[in-house]
Amino acid sequence: MTPLRIVHLYPHEMNIYGDTGNVVVLRKRLEWRDLPVEIVPVGVGDDLPSDVDLILGGGGQDAAQGEIGEDFQRRGPELRAAASDGVVILAICGAYQLLGHEFNTAAGTRIPGVGVLDVVTNGSDTRLIGNHAVDSEWGRLVGYENHSGLTTLGPAATPLARTVPGRGNDGQDSTEGCVQGNVFGTYLHGPVLAKSPRFADELLRRALERRGDAAELAPLDDALALQAAEVAAKRPR
Amino acid sequence: MLPVMTGKLALAGLRLLGRSGNALPGLVVERLFPRYLAKTLSALPHGVVVVSGTNGKTTTTKMVAAILAERFRVLTNDTGSNFVRGTIGAAVSSSTWTGRLDADVAVFELDEAHAVRFVERYKPERVLLLNVMRDQLDRFGEIDHTARLLQQVASQATVAVGLNRDDARIAAIAGTIDAEPVWYQVADDLRHLFPTDEELYGGASRAARDSDGAAAELVAWDANATTIRIGDAEQSFPLRASGAHNAQNATAAAAIASTFDLTPDEIFRGLRAVEPAFGRGQSFEIDGRDVSLHLVKNPAGFRQSLAAARVEDPARICIVINDDDADGRDVSWLWDVDFTGLADGVPVSTAGVRAADMAVRLRYDGVEAAAVDAALAPAVDRALAATAPGERLLIFSTYTAMWGLHRHLVARAKEVRA
Ligand SMILES: [Zn+2]
Repeated sequence: MTPLRIVHLYPHEMNIYGDTGNVVVLRKRLEWRDLPVEIVPVGVGDDLPSDVDLILGGGGQDAAQGEIGEDFQRRGPELRAAASDGVVILAICGAYQLLGHEFNTAAGTRIPGVGVLDVVTNGSDTRLIGNHAVDSEWGRLVGYENHSGLTTLGPAATPLARTVPGRGNDGQDSTEGCVQGNVFGTYLHGPVLAKSPRFADELLRRALERRGDAAELAPLDDALALQAAEVAAKRPR
Repeated sequence: MLPVMTGKLALAGLRLLGRSGNALPGLVVERLFPRYLAKTLSALPHGVVVVSGTNGKTTTTKMVAAILAERFRVLTNDTGSNFVRGTIGAAVSSSTWTGRLDADVAVFELDEAHAVRFVERYKPERVLLLNVMRDQLDRFGEIDHTARLLQQVASQATVAVGLNRDDARIAAIAGTIDAEPVWYQVADDLRHLFPTDEELYGGASRAARDSDGAAAELVAWDANATTIRIGDAEQSFPLRASGAHNAQNATAAAAIASTFDLTPDEIFRGLRAVEPAFGRGQSFEIDGRDVSLHLVKNPAGFRQSLAAARVEDPARICIVINDDDADGRDVSWLWDVDFTGLADGVPVSTAGVRAADMAVRLRYDGVEAAAVDAALAPAVDRALAATAPGERLLIFSTYTAMWGLHRHLVARAKEVRA
């Protein structure tokens, strides 16, 4: 079997709040099952490799999003092609926002996104920050949110999870993140996959299924991760 | 004299309320007498040393103060009041009621932002810069900002600036200062003990450096002996604060101390005498076991402690992670620490509020936790029981857990001695 090829987008610029850990989690969950995996870091100016199975993008501070902005724009056609080809994409926070149509900063600047996700983000003065646990189709997702951009979903995007009001996408409509085909966006750092093992496996299952490989993933002992998730979910915001 | 009386009255008021600390009296004086600090400090015959950097400030400040105490009366600020009003408070409380300062020299620990504010009030004679590292959840852009703050601080020094040759951002400051640069460094074969943030993300490994002309060098280090060279004088001695980073801190302290009229012997004597700062490599002997307690607060610091741990050859390691405000409520920074080096080694257990989180982190780096325990004392006792006499237990802990751990370890060490 050829290795599952995971692209890690902008490891140097977009790596805050432990998002790099998502790469570690997916790689390890494949290795534990003796499934071959290859991680390809893609930075500013690097080409996206061919035959990508999964793309991971993390959050960055505003400055970082400026540094990668142009490069990200350049990748627009490639990323749209990958998404419509069913490549599995997980985008956290800043990467989630950039995958949308646009980001309007609080100062009034419009930063165009690549339009992979049918979402629009508007900067705000309030920061949504704290421990966060939400319910998704793939079990409870547990992480830490930290963002001031408020995201509104268009008709093509479905909420990833339900939350309590005051958190999540826009702090209003009690939804968190979005799903559109095989593309997932979320505000959960932590990294989210560390304490959300079912969701991690769903990403792997979809990537394997798309290639036509046996998508039945052997169960792993996730007792510790679930214990950590339970503790985190009970911690004060 | 009036500012001192005001400050002392505030201090006395606090004591009546059953509280202590220098920050509030410092604040009162700062507000009422904005020129007090500069006026008082300029009377010090040997001036002021400002110690700043991301990691190691508390320990290094203590070391510089201990060395200078060999010859001078030293004023220093309390741990935890490393902002301008803490220095004012320290000055007030060591002044007589008539306003005379009982000191020859001051050593102040200041974090980067407060150091900038301090040098706006008073141009220090000496500045000692340690390192610039990502704090828990920063990215690289932030440390360039921090480096700029430290550069501003260094540019105000009037006599000497101690610079770490092994930190590229600190070393680059040399070209921007008026005062004399005073270098310190670690020997080439020790550099692997000080991993940088960049290496973690596959960035450039460290640049070659020019290695002559260092005022102080860490020549060798292991768990039993620290060897430092000051000019041509070299001595090997057991440093009471354990860990390679503390040996580096001692080298930094030696370098800046060498700009005073002190002999190498006096500097070494000061370093031998210095006790570790609270939880920064403090050792406890419990039932014939050596237990050392290390504060971990950011990825680079944690990685350096782990690199040193391999040399210290511990029989067990216990990692304690809390998530209160002072620890960082978001524990995702643990994913910026590489634990794979522990994978084929010593048994590791985890404790604290986020014990399970830490165990998950370890698991993904191939380390199965021997025990996962939210409660601190039972976790430590279990790790101690599993450590044979004559062996070493290392405890890494975030800030808020250290108080309870420290109390527990002190109690256990006493109970055994009694
Ligand atoms: Zn975020």
